[in-house]
Amino acid sequence: MKKRKELSFLDPPENRAKIRRYFYIGLLILLILDFFVPKHGHFSWEIAPEFFAVYGFLACVTLIFIAKALRFFVGRKEDYYD
Amino acid sequence: MINIVPPAAIFIIGAFLIPLLKGRLKSLYMLLLPALALIDLFNMPKGKYWIIKFLDYNLIFGRVDNLSMIFAYIFVLITFIGIIYALHVKDDMQHIAAFCYAGGALGVTFAGDLFSLYVFWEILAIASLFLIWARRTDSARKAGFRYFLWHFFGGICLLAGIILYVHNKGTTEFGYIGLSDLSTYLIFIGFCLNAVVFPLHPWLPDAYPEATVTGAVFMSALTTKSAVYILARTFPGEAILIWAGAFMTCFPIFYAVIVNDMRRVLGYSLINQVGFMVCGIGIGTQLAINGAVSHAFAHIIYKALLFMSTGAVLYQTGKINGTDLGGLYKTMPFTAVCCIIAAASISGFPLTSGFTTKSMTLTAAAKQHLPIIWFMLYYASAGVFHHAGIKVPYFTFFGEDSGIRAKEPPINMRIAMGIAAFICIFLGVYPYPLYKILPYPVDYVPYTAFHVLSMLQLLMFGALAFTLLILSGYYPPEKREACLDTDWLVRMLGRRFVWLCQKPVVAFGNLIERISLRTARASSKSLPGGVMVCEDWIDKFYHVGLKSTPTIIYNWVKHLRTEMGYLPWNLAYVLICFIGFLFIMLLWR
Repeated sequence: MKKRKELSFLDPPENRAKIRRYFYIGLLILLILDFFVPKHGHFSWEIAPEFFAVYGFLACVTLIFIAKALRFFVGRKEDYYD
Repeated sequence: MINIVPPAAIFIIGAFLIPLLKGRLKSLYMLLLPALALIDLFNMPKGKYWIIKFLDYNLIFGRVDNLSMIFAYIFVLITFIGIIYALHVKDDMQHIAAFCYAGGALGVTFAGDLFSLYVFWEILAIASLFLIWARRTDSARKAGFRYFLWHFFGGICLLAGIILYVHNKGTTEFGYIGLSDLSTYLIFIGFCLNAVVFPLHPWLPDAYPEATVTGAVFMSALTTKSAVYILARTFPGEAILIWAGAFMTCFPIFYAVIVNDMRRVLGYSLINQVGFMVCGIGIGTQLAINGAVSHAFAHIIYKALLFMSTGAVLYQTGKINGTDLGGLYKTMPFTAVCCIIAAASISGFPLTSGFTTKSMTLTAAAKQHLPIIWFMLYYASAGVFHHAGIKVPYFTFFGEDSGIRAKEPPINMRIAMGIAAFICIFLGVYPYPLYKILPYPVDYVPYTAFHVLSMLQLLMFGALAFTLLILSGYYPPEKREACLDTDWLVRMLGRRFVWLCQKPVVAFGNLIERISLRTARASSKSLPGGVMVCEDWIDKFYHVGLKSTPTIIYNWVKHLRTEMGYLPWNLAYVLICFIGFLFIMLLWR
């Protein structure tokens, strides 16, 4: 049987680790850039240092934990309505 | 003089010629219809025309201004893309339904009076129903039935509101309505149901994942966005919409994290996105309305692209649950890239269409000094990236390898996805053609350094949270389960009600029967002479009064089931209640 062409660049764990490393470096650059960009905002907290980074991180963490709690309340067996 | 036809007519009448054609000619014809409609749109002058006298009222099929024009453009454009995506489908019913559906949306967009609006509104509901039923599975049949009951309820509210409104105002023409008396509230509920405003939203995540692969593309674009259009037309600046919209952006993101079916995740994220638009309409400033409208435009494209890429996965593998998928990038790289582009757009990454449009609404909230709303909208922006931006591509195309080795979808599907992906990027890099056709002049610069940086920080640190949670194993695993939503109330309480009428009421009837029989027997022993009279009396009383009442209730209610075969019964009930309600309302005035 002929083997179809397939990609697999994400399979080796070292590639995944490499991608993660680039990602962390990117985050660091974003944090540093924060001090050099002229800011303009309608609220006082918008121009606070690293506000959006902190808010984005906290938002996603709380999102997951609230969703986990929600699953406890609304999750049912798949055939619940049948 | 106007010598062109309404674009809605091109679609609806043109749809019924599809079964007459075959093969390539049919494909060509189906592509020609949106092209014709587009040429039609280019030639339509602004103003009010196509007015037909009907009884004492005017039916206006052409109210053309900036607001209706931009929605008409995007509806025709997405019909074109959706039809390319659906060209391989052999089922004519789906094509007819799709064109009628798009025709209904165009009709709503250009309707200048409430009667024609109502007719097109119902065409939307019915045509989309066939796109669900065309899946021809048992769960699709049931979901379609529930979908139709929801929309029937919304349609009835709208109709009652329209009748009262016309009765009060004496005209069927409408522009800005605004919440004031009962009629406007009823109209508002009808519109809000289609705009998936909480708690009238559960029909969407219930029905859209059950629709056909190609049908879901049309559905994601048309129903909710025509409702957004009509809300922007009739209820701009309504304060309740600000809060309703902000709430709509927040609650679905939690559901989207725990839901397993990828198209259901997209359904919840659709509610989240429409929330931004509804909130913008509620704020009601020129910037906010521009934001809502341009967001609707961009959203239709990238949401359709998300539904197309997940639909392609469903079409190729027959699976759509997060628990069954993973590692598909190996053999479906093109679909994966399209999905990522759409995911980036919906999250509002710089250089994609979400960034240049959604941020207008966010800025409008800040300019009106609504701090709580602002926090909610940004929370939802981070959240939408989390579920639609990361979860859908990650669990479908990357994640744990499921071992599935599916091929890329047919060429027509790939072309449609390519076009949509191109538009997503194009509007992100160069949004000015879109800005130019917005209802109000645009004085907004999307690309400032701070703007780009703040959005990137928000999103990338959200991604960091995802990475850390996945690595540490805190991320809730994909799980096969049903998630309760507000439709639990309708579905379970409805069942309890039917049960209540069937079981206790009938038991009560039987009890009375037993008691009366015993009385009759006892009386016949003690009073042989009066037996005839007594029996006669009991017979009369108990047949007319006590025994028959439970039986009548039982006979009436036993048809009220949430099952397919009972659809006509359910509709008859709603209609009778509606007529009764209307009668009381008109008498009461």
